[in-house]
Amino acid sequence: MRLLAFVPYFCSDFLTHNLVSMTWKQVFTSSVGRKLTMGLTGIFLILFLVVHAGLNACIWANDGGVMFNKAAHFMGATIVIRILEIGLFVFIFIHIIQGLILEASNRSKRGTPYAVNYGNRGSKWYSRSMGLLGTLVLLFLILHWIHFWIPSRFTGTPEVTYDNKTYHDLFTLMKEIFAELWVVIVYVLGCISLGYHLAHGFQSAFRSLGVHNKKYNNMLTSLGYGFAVIVPLAFAMMPVSMYLGWVS
Amino acid sequence: MEHYNMNLTLKVWRQKNQSDRGQFETYKVSNISSEMSFLEMFDVLNEELIQEGKDPIAFDHDCREGICGMCSMYIDGKPHGPWQENTTCQLHMRAFKDGDTITVEPWRANAFPVLKDLVTDRTAFDRIIQAGGFISVNTGNAVDANALPIEKAKADDAFAAAACIGCGACVAACKNSSALLFVGAKVAHLGLLPQGEPERKERVLNMVAQMDKEGFGACTSTGACEATCPKGISISNINRLNKEYLVASLVSEK
Ligand code: SF4
Ligand code: FES
Repeated sequence: MRLLAFVPYFCSDFLTHNLVSMTWKQVFTSSVGRKLTMGLTGIFLILFLVVHAGLNACIWANDGGVMFNKAAHFMGATIVIRILEIGLFVFIFIHIIQGLILEASNRSKRGTPYAVNYGNRGSKWYSRSMGLLGTLVLLFLILHWIHFWIPSRFTGTPEVTYDNKTYHDLFTLMKEIFAELWVVIVYVLGCISLGYHLAHGFQSAFRSLGVHNKKYNNMLTSLGYGFAVIVPLAFAMMPVSMYLGWVS
Repeated sequence: MEHYNMNLTLKVWRQKNQSDRGQFETYKVSNISSEMSFLEMFDVLNEELIQEGKDPIAFDHDCREGICGMCSMYIDGKPHGPWQENTTCQLHMRAFKDGDTITVEPWRANAFPVLKDLVTDRTAFDRIIQAGGFISVNTGNAVDANALPIEKAKADDAFAAAACIGCGACVAACKNSSALLFVGAKVAHLGLLPQGEPERKERVLNMVAQMDKEGFGACTSTGACEATCPKGISISNINRLNKEYLVASLVSEK
């Protein structure tokens, strides 16, 4: 009984001591903090793109999808990667929500618009259109999840057996899905949006995290442009080569 | 450069007071010398308006030599007009040709409400400075300025950031109406010097909090501010502020 008397004490103690400090709250809600989380989650998503592109490049092994299916199986079956997948979804979610809040709030800051537009001096159209480009990428992602992620995790995919083990035959699934021209076109457009999103996002993410040395900023900008071209191009080539029958 | 005279059509934003909706009025000015400054052209127009018994156009100005930051006109889609690293008062009419039509608007941002015509209330900047854009020193004898050694490169960066004249063109140019170039310039200027070092963390947290409270938008690193700033303040000051903010929020006691 005497022990129980401590319970309300502990509870009130827990409530009066802020679990999350004031400045940590600011990191999520202040203007500078918001872009900090955008940059941090963005860099994580960039790393994911590298993994994803590398894995998918296995389709070009031209071995009927054996290597690709095995690689995909490894990604789905390894516990560490499944945990990272949860992290990935959390990060995507934060990136989307913060991005939408940022965009809406920034748009509300100029009640009366200018009669003459400021134009391009000093800024690129894609830098000013990150909200739009991000939304296009999201719409594409939803379609992409419906095509591949949901079947492989929940609703089931075609199956194939190598050495007496069954694998999801994602390769065949890809071939089926990318037999339709409109799908291929939508995927290519999605990759183009991603490219422009990265052209700004890559270098901007590092700026948001406080990289201010000119030499690094210049390096990261060039690296970012390279990344923004090569990675989306690699992705776009996958449905295209499937559609045109370049892989067997 | 050859001197010439020109006739111009001006479309100027007229607004009686803060609650008035405001609209553009069109004016003709003639025989404007290419040697005049943009504000002198407005002086000529205002003289004419006064003679006609009309209300002259209200606009901000003070030094007229590009150092005070008061002048603030959004000319043909550019804060401070078409020239780069230049203020409205130092914009000369040789930037225009005979027969041109020029549209002049006030800075547009909710944090800078229009008071009258082209005059906006920019006291939001003063309140941001009051929140942390200073160093606290004891009164008494002034300390010898050379007593503290300062790395040359840092002194140069601090000096370059200190060139900000607080005009607000960065806000006017930014699609998000963000004030981060201005705040970044102040945070970098003071934080780089040993005198500003002790209050570094509070400074960045407090100034950013005040900036958000005043209703400026968030920076998305588009770069429009840097290209428009009359003093060529570098966007790297914003990156520096981001770093200061990240460190300050991680190690802050609160
Ligand atoms: S940073 Fe440049 S544009 Fe912004 S207030 Fe200072 S001087 Fe004006
Ligand atoms: S009037 Fe002082 S800077 Fe233009």
